[in-house]
Amino acid sequence: MNKFLNPRSVFGITLIAVALLALPFVAAMGGQAWVRILNFAILYVFLALGLNIVVGFAGLLDLGYIAFYAVGAYTYALLASPHFGLHWPFWVILPIGAVVACFFGVILGSPTLKLRGDYLAIVTLGFGEIVRIFMNNLNAPINITNGAQGITLIDPVTIGSLKFSNTTQFLGISFSGPQKYYYLLLALALLVIVINLRLQNSRIGRAWQAIREDEIAAKAVGINTRNLKLLAFAMGASFGGVAGGVFSAMQGFVSPESFSLIESIMILAMVVLGGMGHIPGVILGAVLLSILPEALRYGVGPIQVALFGKTLVDPESLRMLIFGLALVLVMRFKPAGLWPSPERKRELQDAGARNG
Amino acid sequence: MAELLLQANNVAKHFGGVKALRDVSLSMRKGEIYGLIGPNGAGKTTFFNCLTGLYIPDGGGFVFDGKALLADAPHQAAERGIARTFQNIRLFGNMTALENVMVGRHVRTKAGVFGAMLQSAATRAEEAAIKQRAMDLLHYVRIEERADDLAKNLSYGDQRRLEIARALATEPKLLCLDEPAAGMNHTETEELRELIDGIRRDGTTILLIEHDVKLVMGLCDRVAVLDYGALVIEDVPAVVQKDQRVIEAYLGA
Repeated sequence: MNKFLNPRSVFGITLIAVALLALPFVAAMGGQAWVRILNFAILYVFLALGLNIVVGFAGLLDLGYIAFYAVGAYTYALLASPHFGLHWPFWVILPIGAVVACFFGVILGSPTLKLRGDYLAIVTLGFGEIVRIFMNNLNAPINITNGAQGITLIDPVTIGSLKFSNTTQFLGISFSGPQKYYYLLLALALLVIVINLRLQNSRIGRAWQAIREDEIAAKAVGINTRNLKLLAFAMGASFGGVAGGVFSAMQGFVSPESFSLIESIMILAMVVLGGMGHIPGVILGAVLLSILPEALRYGVGPIQVALFGKTLVDPESLRMLIFGLALVLVMRFKPAGLWPSPERKRELQDAGARNG
Repeated sequence: MAELLLQANNVAKHFGGVKALRDVSLSMRKGEIYGLIGPNGAGKTTFFNCLTGLYIPDGGGFVFDGKALLADAPHQAAERGIARTFQNIRLFGNMTALENVMVGRHVRTKAGVFGAMLQSAATRAEEAAIKQRAMDLLHYVRIEERADDLAKNLSYGDQRRLEIARALATEPKLLCLDEPAAGMNHTETEELRELIDGIRRDGTTILLIEHDVKLVMGLCDRVAVLDYGALVIEDVPAVVQKDQRVIEAYLGA
């Protein structure tokens, strides 16, 4: 604790806090769209840290993580929209979403307990697709999810009389809807960061790490590997469910399209690219991978015009090309991720020294 | 006669057509060092794996400390008080020595997810106790100065010691050591003998698989010999050494 109390750390933390609090107003100068991009960046931090529990801590490769996000999003959408005529408050639905997603996590976890690595990846990938296809087709015989059209007019977050959908005046400053969501998301993200940090340095976190390192040895010292793997799936899924609920409220609209395989892959890429199992690295990965494509979306076109006087390549394809190239380069030159944990860095260096 | 700690009753295990264990029955008393020897492929490690729940025996079973052991439940074996080391050391390589031993405390502690998330007073106290106990055990096996080094960076002898410390962290009644002296030089073996003797004096029964006949005969109270998966003899070292079948099967070679 003491290391946080020296004057330099206090100054640094204060500076970061002020920057984070002021950020939505800086972003708003470029338009509310940038605030929304920020919001998604934080939402992805949340998702990536949830997946980090499964992949980074317990070492279980999960390619269907987006399914839990979808479950959370639909739970919110069904309980707070005109679709079923239900309008439950957000702070009731969010925990329900977490519990439902957790249940799905156990459903996915239990048949895959004996699988590892590639095999586990394939099964989880299938699971993610199953959930999406269910969402797409559960409109008959009973219309539950409204199929491909999705669910619209979802209630925004409301706390007391504070509605998150419109602009509010507070202390003479006007807060737009996205700016309010920003602070809500920031609070949730801080919560998930604290939970991640505390889990990592706990009895449970050590047991997960032991399973990742050597499952047989972990069993031999009395770790119930089955229960702990299920716990990792369940916890990761719960975070996905909460993120899905917030997404639903923020967008006001969900459809199966938002939960495609590419989303699962993106979140996994955030974890791996940032530095698997290392919390600051995962945060960095999530922020970069969610903001970079958007920055390219707005930047690629004008830069071409400035350089060549006209648009040579379709900005949309060029954007994905640059993005893909950036991913390849990072993995080539920083295989442990952009900001790996000290142990993981050493691990890869040792492996390199042996092979090379 | 001292109280029995473990009884193996007609334990059998086969892999396809190979009979790795043929109805092996033996019994260990509380507080003794019990040696299990035999030529390569005699079934010693298979016996260990059945005992610690990694294999399910095809026949027979174990009675440990008065109650039957469940098959296929390694974590329960540890909970009941059976700890083991592995022939080819299995440490958590990318965790520090201290963390390895702390993992060993898992089965004797109980902080859950919510305790960890809320950092309750009970959780913090337990965490401190886990760390203290782990440090004490590193001191006990005399590698406390390596506490913060990654397990995989320890020397071979220290890795063996760390594995024993991790096993001891589970507070076993029976400590099973699978060839702990393999690959050790004379001095290291001598130090290991002292360590094992010390562990027994502190009240833990020890089951020792070992190739070093001199070590086994000098250290063990009783010895069992396996050959082709069957028990040849179970007796005190002096008798075992003179047994004609043992000399033919193993010592004579």
